[in-house]
Amino acid sequence: MCMYDNRTHILTGLLIVLALVLPAEAQQLGDPISESDIAPWDISISPDGRSLPPGMGSALEGAAIYADKCSACHGDAAKNGPAGSLVGGIGQLTQGQQNRTLGSYWPYSTTVFDYVRRAMPYQSPGSLSDSEVYAVTAYLLHVNGIVSKHYVLDADSLPIIRMPNRDGFISDWPSARQ
Amino acid sequence: MSSSCFSPGTEDRAAGGGLINRRWLLKNSLLAVPVGMVTTQASSDPLRVPEWSSAPGLIQSQYGQPSPFESHVTRPVLGLFPEGFGDGSGVSFTPLEKLAGTITPNGLFFERHHSGIPEIDPGSHEFVIHGLVERPLVFSVSNLLKYPMVTRTAFVECARNSFFNSLQEPQQRSAGELHGLIGNAEWTGVPLAALLEEAHVDLAGSWLLAEGADAAKYSRSIPISKAWEGEVLIAFYQNGERLRPEQGYPMRLVIPGWQGSTSVKWLRRIKVMSDATYARDETSKHTLLQKDGLARQFTFELGVKSTITTPSFGGPPVREGLQQVRGVAWSGAGKIAKVEVSADGGRSWADAVLHGAILPKAMTRFAIAWHWDGSPSILMSRATDDTGAVQPIRTDWYEPFAAGQIYHLNAIQSWGVSQDGEVSNVYV
Repeated sequence: MCMYDNRTHILTGLLIVLALVLPAEAQQLGDPISESDIAPWDISISPDGRSLPPGMGSALEGAAIYADKCSACHGDAAKNGPAGSLVGGIGQLTQGQQNRTLGSYWPYSTTVFDYVRRAMPYQSPGSLSDSEVYAVTAYLLHVNGIVSKHYVLDADSLPIIRMPNRDGFISDWPSARQ
Repeated sequence: MSSSCFSPGTEDRAAGGGLINRRWLLKNSLLAVPVGMVTTQASSDPLRVPEWSSAPGLIQSQYGQPSPFESHVTRPVLGLFPEGFGDGSGVSFTPLEKLAGTITPNGLFFERHHSGIPEIDPGSHEFVIHGLVERPLVFSVSNLLKYPMVTRTAFVECARNSFFNSLQEPQQRSAGELHGLIGNAEWTGVPLAALLEEAHVDLAGSWLLAEGADAAKYSRSIPISKAWEGEVLIAFYQNGERLRPEQGYPMRLVIPGWQGSTSVKWLRRIKVMSDATYARDETSKHTLLQKDGLARQFTFELGVKSTITTPSFGGPPVREGLQQVRGVAWSGAGKIAKVEVSADGGRSWADAVLHGAILPKAMTRFAIAWHWDGSPSILMSRATDDTGAVQPIRTDWYEPFAAGQIYHLNAIQSWGVSQDGEVSNVYV
């Protein structure tokens, strides 16, 4: 009995020593999770558009959604709202900050979809359906003269849109695209 | 007659405009106090015993607060849109001119939010690593707190800091309002690299997308090589206590030396990617538009910078005689190597004394003695870091950029001192 106790103490001591000397990498407390369980959070969209969700919408549909959910801050037809204009300035980028709009400055159409779905409308982000986000994105591209009002945006047609300022950036980081 | 105790002579000058060298100060250290503070007459009243010395004071408290007499030391708050439109998308500034030392108190550390401050219950917060990894993982905060942690001091500076000085006319604002989108703190947390190792990153993984749990789901792309360097922390503690809600509670990234916006707050997700995601805040924002119409992108590292905080706009008028000029300096590239001060608008410069520990990518204090003769002067500070980078004058900084370019403004701050001692922001 006495011997058993001693051995227990030695074993306990050994475990404590091990815990103290084991390298940090030995700590593994993350739980496995499937990509499908992550899906509700996996909302970032790259220029290749591969993560774009199903759904579709055109500027015709987007105009009504815009008027209802967006125009109070961004103005009628995306002009002169309290949160600034989203149109204009194409070809006049260097003539002042107000000319750096979605149409004149943003290099990728996928970023518009990503940002509207992630953060807008400001008071209730995430409240638009994916098809509504496609439609609002189509509307914003339309008022900037980039697509026609009938152009239907979906996972295939959105990433192939070439934004006016697509070639307007130089990367300070070596491995970025460009 | 050579220099007297109260008025240094020409041989004591370190540079024009009355900047004094250290030798004179050492020689006269006991007398090196502002002239206005030297009292030669006896006080007319006997000392009185104040009430706080005559009865027991307040009892101890569970969480200490600053003295009520310091209630003016606050963060100036600035919304970016008219009230009612995007409230919670704004900034508050660290009141640099009201602080000393290098550590920013947690309650005065600048804020930048894109959709307000989320009230996160750490018991319900989850953090995932996924994408180009063998083992997508989800972590609870309580488990993350069990990992080995490291502690380091680093500044976090908004890439838009000092934006008022990009305007055509100099704005009359305090040092904090001009340059206070920066705070310096001791951060404690888990190196991101340890958690990436646990997830087994694929060889194709070269960028990370970091995302917050706020309503804006603020997101930025970060080259994975930065995380492998080991400096990138998932911080849980700031200056010894758990992060404040406005600083990312319960967890945030801290990337020393890089644009503050890459230190994503309320961190909920890291996705390992083969390329950058080109999120809104690395395309539409945080890009530096040049005169030629091209914009620089992924300009992560913040430049070498400094500002004089005493004297500065809004502070007490400068008095004639001897006084200390002081301020803060920092660089995203490394340590501060030297800070020079000019009192004659940049015609001559003298080395300031650097105080305390000089840590890489952290705030450093500087000070220099100045004997003001009452004539209009212009005070400037110019920092150099240990890579040899020197803080530029404003016109040189602006030279490559289009009008209205506001990011990464690290130009020299100039404070004009008028004949009556009033301090104003001036462009030189």
